[in-house]
Amino acid sequence: MRLEYFQMIDRVALFEEAGERLEAHSTVPMASPVFEGHFPDHPLMPGVLLTETMAQASGYLILALTRFTHMPFLAGVEKAKFRSFVGPGAPLVIEARRIHQGSGYAVTRAKISSAGKGICDAELMFRMLPFPAGLSDRMREQALGLGLALDAPVPEA
Amino acid sequence: MASTFETVAGIISETCDIPREQITPESHAIDDLGVDSLAFLDIAFAIDKAFGIKLPLETWTQEVNEGKVPAEEYFVLKNLCARIDELVAAKA
Repeated sequence: MRLEYFQMIDRVALFEEAGERLEAHSTVPMASPVFEGHFPDHPLMPGVLLTETMAQASGYLILALTRFTHMPFLAGVEKAKFRSFVGPGAPLVIEARRIHQGSGYAVTRAKISSAGKGICDAELMFRMLPFPAGLSDRMREQALGLGLALDAPVPEA
Repeated sequence: MASTFETVAGIISETCDIPREQITPESHAIDDLGVDSLAFLDIAFAIDKAFGIKLPLETWTQEVNEGKVPAEEYFVLKNLCARIDELVAAKA
């Protein structure tokens, strides 16, 4: 996890096509400039970055399910709850599940836990748009680097 | 059981915080009610869930943008409700 680069996912641990579910793992870095302000001498992972972490896991899930045909852009956050604090060094398990695939949009439920304890959860909406030129290959490379490899064609809806 | 229009009007009122009495079958979701594209995604999600369908928004948007179909065909509420009824009937 590199907060300054918005690289929130360390590794995709599981992609379950039939269950439309993805599990990713990350570890909160021991040090980051983010912690200098949030908060002085009391480092805490900001809720907005936890939300981004859930969004990225959801995004990779949608990319995997749709085989990179469209880019999911975060469009809405609903029912977000931040239930516990996480600080430097905390191992995170991020789970995302697609609950609806609409025409031009998708909705997921995502949650983060650490050492078995629920940290946060939310319902996220994504607008699905054609990939800007060149981004599709970069996203595939990034996904591959996280352990998300897909060779099979997209399943019929 | 609520009519299609009553259900859709309720969804729009709740999603966009528009007084229910302002929403009529003749209302144009965009021109009259000021629903923007992001809010329409929320409405579409609620409609998809309520009716168990998938509004073909991408197709509709493409048809409107290409000038093949006037926007009123999809975004005036009585027409939207007629499309929903067609999709529900096709699913049955």
